[in-house]
Amino acid sequence: MSKIKVNNEEQEVTLPLSLSELIKLNKVLQPDMVSVQLNGNFVLKEDFDSAAINEGDEVDFLYFMGGGR
Amino acid sequence: MDFTAEQIERYSRHILLQDVGVEGQEKIQKGKALVIGAGGLGAPVLLYLAAAGVGTLGVIDGDVVDLSNLQRQVIHFTQDVGKPKVQSAKEKINQINPDVEVITYHKFFTAENAFDIIKDYDFIVDGTDNFPVKFLINDACVLAGKPFSHGGILRFEGQTLTHQPDTACYRCVFHAPPPPNAVPTCSQAGVLGAIAGMLGTIQAAEVLKFLVGTGELLTNKLLTFNAKTMNFRTVNVKKNPACPICGKHPTITELVEAEQAACELKKK
Repeated sequence: MSKIKVNNEEQEVTLPLSLSELIKLNKVLQPDMVSVQLNGNFVLKEDFDSAAINEGDEVDFLYFMGGGR
Repeated sequence: MDFTAEQIERYSRHILLQDVGVEGQEKIQKGKALVIGAGGLGAPVLLYLAAAGVGTLGVIDGDVVDLSNLQRQVIHFTQDVGKPKVQSAKEKINQINPDVEVITYHKFFTAENAFDIIKDYDFIVDGTDNFPVKFLINDACVLAGKPFSHGGILRFEGQTLTHQPDTACYRCVFHAPPPPNAVPTCSQAGVLGAIAGMLGTIQAAEVLKFLVGTGELLTNKLLTFNAKTMNFRTVNVKKNPACPICGKHPTITELVEAEQAACELKKK
């Protein structure tokens, strides 16, 4: 098992793992609506499948919030 | 600018602050802030900026007060139902602080009027409830070089980011509006009323810090919170080289009508 951080919380995952698979593991409700930073850099949606997760990575899932009125 | 004895007393708790003082209060008084949307977020933003003595407050909203607004839009009262929101807001601001000049725009913020409206203001606050307009505010402010505060709330959660020229913009984080109805809004999914107050007062504090020139703004940071756990988190974000408006190869060079953008997405 390898340790990574998702939204600042530690997670143990089995490598190799793609970003797409990590999104599935985290049961992100709308995978096509999430913005992802991998170690502080935004990942293009078309690169979710090819982006590999490594030991110690920090991943941020950022979600749309459209309300205000 | 000389303050009267009454103003010195009114703003004494600001003036006492080392970071504000008489000088900072003068900057607040000279400040011009535009609040887009006089609703859940706009209400606390306007109330606190009015109380703080921001010299000029612009309010733009094409709606009238609805009974279902009163659960969170605390600038509107029961007797205001049916009244234009900008008028209701102006009346309260005048009652709180007659020093404030209120400029109302009883219309919606569009690609056509965006530049003309924001040009007179130092800082813009997004208090709107839909993605096309949130992106329009971002695009107009980025292209015009204006600082602004993005705010979003849903259910028990809120998020906010402050943009200044050469810092991450809303599109750096969220490239484009989601397809219509793909992500629920407050009117579809609901929102705890107090969440609007929690996020709106953060936005108001950003405006005041900006005007006074003190502290660190939420630039290159996305603050998110979940009131169910009361966990607050600040995620560092940076300018995205692939950003369609402020990245290396921008594809957006002019404003597109928000409604049209939404329709185009629908067709795809």
